[in-house]
Amino acid sequence: MRIRISHATTYHYDMPPNGVTQLLRLTPRNHDGQYVVNWRIDLSQDCLLHQHEDAFGNITHSFTADGPFDHLAITVCGEVEMQDTHGFVKGAVERFPPALYLRETDLTLPDAAIVEFSEAARAEAGAGASALSVMHQLLANVHGEIAFDTTPTQTATTAAEAFKLKRGVCQDLTHVFIAAARQLGVPARYIGGHFYRADGVTAQDAGHAWAEVYIEDYGWIGFDPTNAICPTDAHVRIAAGLDYLGASPVRGTRYGGHGETLTVAVNVDQASQQSQSQSQS
Amino acid sequence: MSACFDEMKGHDGGVRPPYDELARWLKEVPPDVLDYRRREAELLFRRIGITFAVYGEADSTERLIPFDVIPRIISGNEWRLLEKGLTQRVKALNMFIKDIYGAREILRAGVIPDDLIFRNPAFRPEMSGQSVPHDIYVHIAGIDIVRVDADTFYVLEDNARTPSGVSYMLENREIMMRLFPELFSRHRIAPVENYPDELLATLKSVAPLTAGSDPNVALLTPGVFNSAYYEHSFLADKLGVELVEGRDLLVKNEIVYMRTTQGLKRVDVIYRRIDDDFIDPLTFRPDSILGLPGLMSAYQAGNVTLANAVGTGIADDKAVYSYMPAVVKFYLDEEPILKNVPTWRCREPEHLAYVLDHLPELVVKEVHGSGGYGMLIGPTASKIAIEQFRAKLKTAPTNFIAQPTLALSTCPTCVEAGVAPRHVDLRPFVLSGSDRTRIVPGGLTRVALKEGSLVVNSSQGGGTKDTWVLDG
Repeated sequence: MRIRISHATTYHYDMPPNGVTQLLRLTPRNHDGQYVVNWRIDLSQDCLLHQHEDAFGNITHSFTADGPFDHLAITVCGEVEMQDTHGFVKGAVERFPPALYLRETDLTLPDAAIVEFSEAARAEAGAGASALSVMHQLLANVHGEIAFDTTPTQTATTAAEAFKLKRGVCQDLTHVFIAAARQLGVPARYIGGHFYRADGVTAQDAGHAWAEVYIEDYGWIGFDPTNAICPTDAHVRIAAGLDYLGASPVRGTRYGGHGETLTVAVNVDQASQQSQSQSQS
Repeated sequence: MSACFDEMKGHDGGVRPPYDELARWLKEVPPDVLDYRRREAELLFRRIGITFAVYGEADSTERLIPFDVIPRIISGNEWRLLEKGLTQRVKALNMFIKDIYGAREILRAGVIPDDLIFRNPAFRPEMSGQSVPHDIYVHIAGIDIVRVDADTFYVLEDNARTPSGVSYMLENREIMMRLFPELFSRHRIAPVENYPDELLATLKSVAPLTAGSDPNVALLTPGVFNSAYYEHSFLADKLGVELVEGRDLLVKNEIVYMRTTQGLKRVDVIYRRIDDDFIDPLTFRPDSILGLPGLMSAYQAGNVTLANAVGTGIADDKAVYSYMPAVVKFYLDEEPILKNVPTWRCREPEHLAYVLDHLPELVVKEVHGSGGYGMLIGPTASKIAIEQFRAKLKTAPTNFIAQPTLALSTCPTCVEAGVAPRHVDLRPFVLSGSDRTRIVPGGLTRVALKEGSLVVNSSQGGGTKDTWVLDG
């Protein structure tokens, strides 16, 4: 299916800043089952966008906008043609061997509780279970253990903190999943992207996140603990990293000014349906 | 400890040639004169304000590092050997760091295990596949050397992140020349005063290709609360470059600028004394207010040189250190000139078993530790301390390495009871430019002032000495 995405990040300032510097990871790349049809980034301020590729193979854009301005909007929109690959990720840009993804980060450091939780998943999968079965067990367990709740956590919440709260957003569930997988010796990474909801709700407050793990003989496979599924053609992959920070869509700083409010508006819809309905009207 | 090698008296008590003049002078000079000069030196250091901070101590943010007025002497021949060995080692270090952030040939060849690099906090995945100007990563290296007899020098550790201490080397020489002119007239001592010129030439030589003919260099400090702030301001002054904090800089269109009274001025080379973690909140720790947002983008675009490069701390890891002889052979196909101390890696089960069986004889160090913090010196440790360390080792073996307790050489040192031998080490500073390698003869000699102590770190009560390399 063809998915149309728009993702607007808007800052409003009570007192205009003198300038803003940002680093964006907002641009998807092609791999098996994901073909970018068109994609563009718009800024509300006039400035140069410098495109690079980061060490993980993500496309980045950096810019500096000179103030003063009372708001700054970063809008991306585009269409991506998606096919279901049953969670298998092939043909993606790989800059590191899987061994790198066993690395612990501050956000994904397992505490004793997560260690115990990961061991429990291994035991539950049964003696002699394959790494793949253990990951499926872990997927079910993370989904069951941590309730989706947007209130208690924020972007700097660690896996251990979210696990203690037993609540969190897709970022938190993904961090817990990654921490546990790595603890079990399975290379795991964080994927930031978008999710097309089958229930017809297209407006979302944020992007989506899930994990990918590396299983010998299979390669990279996605696991979405928020939805307790492996990614399908509804999952558009934007950026990969060791954790949220490495894949985060916008990282920035502002010089001067204050009273910043941030709003994020994401819309994920089927492009074909929309054009159909347009042609019917 | 009577078996250890004294650099003045050797093993047998006779005077070794480089110390002839000094030994004669020490015999001639009345004790009260020596004591008077010692107090004078202390007064001078206080007046200059050369201080350092000890982390973990509540009431003293700054304190004076003890200075010993008796110089440590190295003969010209000894130095030539050290110089060759240091040049070789730093060349290999640079090739190693370039490789692990590039083709990773050393990992593919199986010389170093993958996980030691990939899971190492000092390895920076963000640097992978990025090139740095002139392919030089470690522009300033501090290689810690210890000596055990007339012919044997060991490298104790490599400091490729942000080695400090060079200001003491310079100040010590200045004070010695002021206090003991008669000693200088009796020796031909290689100068060290040219270090700032050599450093500036090195830094300018590694400017990016986008820089003009006279590259603009700045020294980036975390600020006054850093333990080495004195050194940062001292060096900026000697180099004649701006001392800046993150807030004095800004990045615009991937170019780094410095705010000046005449407006923005482009910066080509940053001698940074801020750790990787804090250098750019858009790439590393987002809560850092010390660094410069967007610096890594400018760096990756090739518009600025960072000295040292981001990610060089991997070479400071003591488990990585243990592979240095193999690293030298791998890249240079040469035998290492400077030896490594035999090292047991506790991450390997056989090594760990040996270490646990021999704790009372060994020195055990944290792989990421520095400054003498968090180590166990078996022979002098209490039974309780050894048992506590054993528990730590068993819980997190990968965090530790162990080495035999070396009988570090001693040098004559002024103590309460007169002149007595004390253990020393040496930190020479190796500068790698795009044109050549520069090493100012000598370096910083650190001395353990407590009788029998092997810990020379200033944070653990060590002092310093002027280091003389004799010409000829």
